[in-house]
Amino acid sequence: MATQHSRSAARLMMAPAVILLLGWMLVPLTMTLYFSFKKYLPLRGGDLGWVGFDNYTRFITSSAFWPSIQATLIIVGSVLAITVVLGVLLAILLDQPMWGQGVVRILVIAPFFVMPTVSALVWKNMFMDPVNGLFAHLWNAFGLTPVEWLSQASLTSIVMIVSWQWLPFATLILLTAIQSLDSEQLEAAEMDGAPPLYRFAYITLPHLARAITIVVLIQTIFLLSIFAEILVTTQGSFGTKTLTYLVYQRVLESQNVGLGSAGGVYAVILANIIALFLMRIVGKNLDA
Amino acid sequence: MGQITLEKVTKKFGNVEVIPPLDLTIHDGEFTVFVGPSGCGKSTLLRLIAGLEDMTSGTLRIDGQDATAIPPAKRGLAMVFQSYALYPHMSVRKNIAFPMRMAGVDQATQNAKIDAAAKALNLTDYLDRRPGQLSGGQRQRVAIGRAIVREPSAFLFDEPLSNLDAALRVGMRLEISELHKKLATTMVYVTHDQVEAMTMADKIVVLRAGHIEQVGSPLELYHTPRNTFVAGFIGSPKMNLIDGAEAEKHDAHTIGIRPEHIDVDAQGGPWQGKVGVAEHLGSDTFFHIHDTGLAETITVRAPGEVSFDHGDTVFLTPRDDKIHRFNAEGLRFS
Repeated sequence: MATQHSRSAARLMMAPAVILLLGWMLVPLTMTLYFSFKKYLPLRGGDLGWVGFDNYTRFITSSAFWPSIQATLIIVGSVLAITVVLGVLLAILLDQPMWGQGVVRILVIAPFFVMPTVSALVWKNMFMDPVNGLFAHLWNAFGLTPVEWLSQASLTSIVMIVSWQWLPFATLILLTAIQSLDSEQLEAAEMDGAPPLYRFAYITLPHLARAITIVVLIQTIFLLSIFAEILVTTQGSFGTKTLTYLVYQRVLESQNVGLGSAGGVYAVILANIIALFLMRIVGKNLDA
Repeated sequence: MGQITLEKVTKKFGNVEVIPPLDLTIHDGEFTVFVGPSGCGKSTLLRLIAGLEDMTSGTLRIDGQDATAIPPAKRGLAMVFQSYALYPHMSVRKNIAFPMRMAGVDQATQNAKIDAAAKALNLTDYLDRRPGQLSGGQRQRVAIGRAIVREPSAFLFDEPLSNLDAALRVGMRLEISELHKKLATTMVYVTHDQVEAMTMADKIVVLRAGHIEQVGSPLELYHTPRNTFVAGFIGSPKMNLIDGAEAEKHDAHTIGIRPEHIDVDAQGGPWQGKVGVAEHLGSDTFFHIHDTGLAETITVRAPGEVSFDHGDTVFLTPRDDKIHRFNAEGLRFS
C-alpha cells in the first residue's frame, strides 16, 4: 500500500506521539524503580541512601502482603464472574424488543457515569448503613437483624459495589455483540431442533466469546487498581486491603516511599502474571 | 411423504395484511417455486410454512395433519437460508451433525450420514474446515448437507442462490435439480428470478402482494398466462404488452406478444419502427425497437446473428396465433 517514502513520512509524523507516550510510561516506572532501592522517608530524614533489595524483602515478608494478594484476586475474580454472567443475561434482555427500549438502555448504562468515590459513598451510606441503610430497613421489615455489611461481609460489599459499577460496561459491549448475531443462524438452529437453552449455548455464547474476552481483559486491567471504593468504605480494614491499597498505605500512611515503590514493582509483576495467564486462557479467542 | 396444504392462510404485521386469505396445495415430491417481485410475500409464505412466523389465521396441513401449532423443529421440514446461516464456530462436520446431535442420533449413524452427505455434495475434503474458509458455493452445499441429513419430508429454500455469482448460480441450479430428482422429496423454493423458476420447477406459484396470480407448470405459465402480470413476469426478455388501437383490432384491451414470436426484416410487415439497442448474444439477437406507435419499446428476439444497426428502420411481423389477449381487468380471454 505505502511507498518507502510515505512510510518514513508516517514514522516521522507519529514520532512525537510515540515519544510522549513512551516518556509518560518510562519516567514514572524508572522513578519507582529508583526509589525502590532507596531508604526514603520524607518526614523522617528524607533520602537515607541505597539499601539494595531490603525494601523488596521487607514488603514481601510483611504479614499484610499475602492477604492483600488474596483480597486482590478475590475481588477481581468475583467481579469478573458477576459482571460477565449478569452482563450476558442483561444484554439478552435488553436485546428483546420492548416499550421504552432507549430509556431503559440509558438507565442501564448510567452507573458507569457515576464516579467510583461517589458510588461507593452512596452504597455505604444509603444501602449498607446498618442503622439507616435501605438494606437495614429491608432486613428489619422481615424481622431480621440488619447485617453490618462493611464489617461483617466486607469483601462481599466491595465486590457488590464494584460489580455494580462495571456491570454497565460489560452489558454495553455484550449487547452490541449480541446485536451483530445473524438472526438466521438462530432460526436455522430452531429448525434444526435446538431448544432455547441449546440455542444459547451453541449459537449465542460462541458468538459472544470474543466480546467476553475483551470485557475480561479490559476489566482486569482496571479492577487490579481499584482504590477509591476501598478508601471511602473500609479503608483497608476487615480484610479488604488489596495490593494497590497496601502500596498506598506504605507510601502515604507510613511515609515510606522506598517500601511503597517496591510494592509498586510487585504490583506491576502481578499484573503481568495475570495478563499472561489471561492471554493464554482467553487470548486465542482474539485470533480471527 | 411431504404434502403441504395451506387453507385460508393469512398473515398480518400489525395492521398490514401481507398475505390475504390464501389456499395452496403442494403435492408430495413436487418441486414448487414461489416467484414474484421483491416484497410480494413469498419469503413470508415460506417462513409461515417453516413455522418461523405465526399465521394470523388459517390452517397448515403437512401430510393431512394440522401442523399450524406445531413448533418448527417438529414439522419435519428442513430449510436452507439465503445467508446459509452456517454456525461459524463449528467445523463443516459439526455443522452437518448439529441437527442430528439435537435429535440425539447415535455417533455411528451420525458419521455414516455425514460421510454420505459429504460424498453426495462433494464436501469430503472440507469436513474439518470452518465455514469462513469455504467459498460461497461450498457454503451453500454445507447448508444443503445440513438439511439432507435430517431426512425431512420437505426442503424449504429461501433464495439460496442469490449470494452466488452468475456462473456458480447456474451450476448450483443444476445440482439442486439433480438432488430433487435423486431424493424425490418435496421442495419449496423461493426466488425472485423467473429463470430459476422456469428451469427448476415442476410447479410455479406466481405471487403479487400476497395474492397467488397463477399456479401451473413452467410451460403452462409461458403459453397461457392468466393475466398481464404473469405474462410480463414469466419469460425473458419480457413479453411485449400493447394497449390501444392495435389491441382493439384483436377485440382486446391489451394484447401480448413474446419477443420470440415477432419476425423482423427490412422488407415489410404490419408494424414499423427504428432499432434502438441491439444485444448480440451469438445464439440470439435482442432488438429494442422504438417509434412503433404501439408501445414505448417493442422487444424482438431474432435467432442467430442478425445485423441491423442503431437507427435502421425495420418491419415487424407478429405471429397471429401467438398473440395473447387480455380484457380491461388484465385477465386473459380467448
